[in-house]
Amino acid sequence: MEVSPEKQRAMLRQMQTIRRFEERASDDYAAGNIYGVVHCYIGEEAVAVGVCSALTVDDKIISTHRGHGHCIAKGADLNRMMAELYGRETGYCKGKGGSMHIADFGIGMLGANGIVAGGLPIILGAGLAAQMDGRGGVAVCFFGDGASNAGPFHESINIAAKWKLPILYVCENNLHAAQTPASMTLAQPDVAARAQGYGIPGEIVDGNDVFAVHAVAAKAVARARAGDGPTLIECKTYRWRAHTERRGQVDHRDPAELEAWKAKDPIAHLATRMKAGTGGFTDAEFATMDAAILAEIQAAVDFSLASAFPEPDDALDDLFEPAAAGRN
Amino acid sequence: MREITYAQAGIEALAEEMRRDNKVFHLSTDPPGPLLTEFGEARIRATPIAESALTGMAIGAAGSGYRPIVDWRQVTFAFVAMDQIVNQAAKIHYMFGGQTTFPILYRAGVGGGGRIAAQHSQSPYSMFMNMAGLKIVLASTPHDVKGLLKSAIRDDNPVISFESNRLGGMKGPVPDAGDDYTIPIGKADIKRAGTDITIVALAWQVHEALAAAEILDREGVSAEVLDPRTLVPMDADAIRASVRKTGRLLVADEAGPTCGASAEIATLVTEDPDCFRALKAPPKRVCALQVPIPYSPGLEDHVFPERNRIVAGVREVMGG
Ligand SMILES: Cc1ncc(C[n+]2csc(CCOP(=O)(O)OP(=O)(O)O)c2C)c(N)n1
Repeated sequence: MEVSPEKQRAMLRQMQTIRRFEERASDDYAAGNIYGVVHCYIGEEAVAVGVCSALTVDDKIISTHRGHGHCIAKGADLNRMMAELYGRETGYCKGKGGSMHIADFGIGMLGANGIVAGGLPIILGAGLAAQMDGRGGVAVCFFGDGASNAGPFHESINIAAKWKLPILYVCENNLHAAQTPASMTLAQPDVAARAQGYGIPGEIVDGNDVFAVHAVAAKAVARARAGDGPTLIECKTYRWRAHTERRGQVDHRDPAELEAWKAKDPIAHLATRMKAGTGGFTDAEFATMDAAILAEIQAAVDFSLASAFPEPDDALDDLFEPAAAGRN
Repeated sequence: MREITYAQAGIEALAEEMRRDNKVFHLSTDPPGPLLTEFGEARIRATPIAESALTGMAIGAAGSGYRPIVDWRQVTFAFVAMDQIVNQAAKIHYMFGGQTTFPILYRAGVGGGGRIAAQHSQSPYSMFMNMAGLKIVLASTPHDVKGLLKSAIRDDNPVISFESNRLGGMKGPVPDAGDDYTIPIGKADIKRAGTDITIVALAWQVHEALAAAEILDREGVSAEVLDPRTLVPMDADAIRASVRKTGRLLVADEAGPTCGASAEIATLVTEDPDCFRALKAPPKRVCALQVPIPYSPGLEDHVFPERNRIVAGVREVMGG
């Protein structure tokens, strides 16, 4: 599949934005400006960007505990994301959600989820709504290899397949669920092979190759828009950082395995291909782009620091709609 | 006014709202025949037996502009969907900062009396009351169930309607079909006025309490029977006003007492200084025994409160 030079640049920019955003988030977490728990997506950027670049703003996605990449790839606002991590009232969820619960319904980002496999049932409703709307919308569910072993995976894909819902099931198989290697939990190593059991296509793709992910996603999107139902896509990838940024978190993974995957850096890989291509991409352009991204992220941090914390009493807002009804 | 059953009133509510708003659709493992006939398979969807999936599907559809109704049938089956109810539906509006609304109606049968033993006879509404973010209605009459379900479908929040299995076949007056009335969520109803004691009764117990009030009336005791109709939000004002008037409280519930709706109601009264001062006797609860509901008729009947136990409880409070 041909990806235009402009689109390649946009993909690279998004991937680098995800990486820079999370590098900053993990630093700021370590510094104590971000609370609770942060799960970084670094190393997996090609999945979110490859998939979301095959979507329109009207399409829907649902995310996981590791959701920053999905948000950015779907077009979320960095200021509001960072402000949410900083717990400020200007954050996407007014400081009620934090890293694990960023959502932007305006751009079809239906939310990150702290419950493994929690999004699988919910995306069914978005897919059903798209089907009932009849305007060709699609819905995408991101989830990990860990989630693929949970009951909702089976319940949901069976329904989506039976009803031919326009859904992409995108398994980000980073080979681990928290500290547990997938080899210890998957009855057979390829999640995509399960597609056979639901009578839908199952695709395995190099999750570090954004073009490959994009191509498979675009094919699945076309299939979904045509009314032919869901596809299960398994992206083989790897996360570079520990499961969470929590202090004292030990990473039991084999350092050699990590180094081998770092050598397959999806961003460097893409930049190399772009330089070899016909679009005139250069190292200098990359450096300029990166500087612009870093400035954007600094601006997001400045925005967050300039934003107030919510008033303690705001904890009572938004329990019920209309909001005032929550204060009882 | 014509008389129809509680079950029919529920179906009428759904049909009227589906005619009124084409964003309303219905999911269940066992779709109701009359609705299927009128609205067809696209809006009255038969789902696989996958309660977790259909509970969550409602959330995704609601967040995408629809107004889903999910009939879990017995509350029993909702337990396999607890993540979607508790971690997702109850919290999603709040934790995303109120970005969008999730108008969902979940329906579930509760209660006993059917000799179908512990897994199918239970009234765990207080578990759900305990989860902030879910509205809960509990109708005791055909008239109320229709009006409350119509309100619940129009409400922009997830609402659970618990419907006592004992009430399904009960007939009562309901305005003519198409007569568009609703009952506000969060407003209690005085089912019988009285001056000596307030009996707050839930669901089926409303009818037992009304029967008890007749017996008590012959003894010269005037009982007020108050039906909260909504458990979340609870109409504390109405309950307190009644107790301030009568000075006495008995709560009748077909669920067990531990951390129950009955405990919540008793506390609403005792922690209110005016109410507390107005009390002439300690409040009393008449609840099911705190056990899983047993099968054998003698055992099952022994577990549930009914009119005689309410009468005995009232005599105790009056004597106290
Ligand atoms: C139902 C549930 N069980 C356990 C957890 C704790 N937990 C959070 S993330 C995680 C690992 C998930 O692995 P996977 O789905 O492969 O996603 P990844 O973290 O690899 O992206 C676990 C066990 C949880 N959040 N939810």
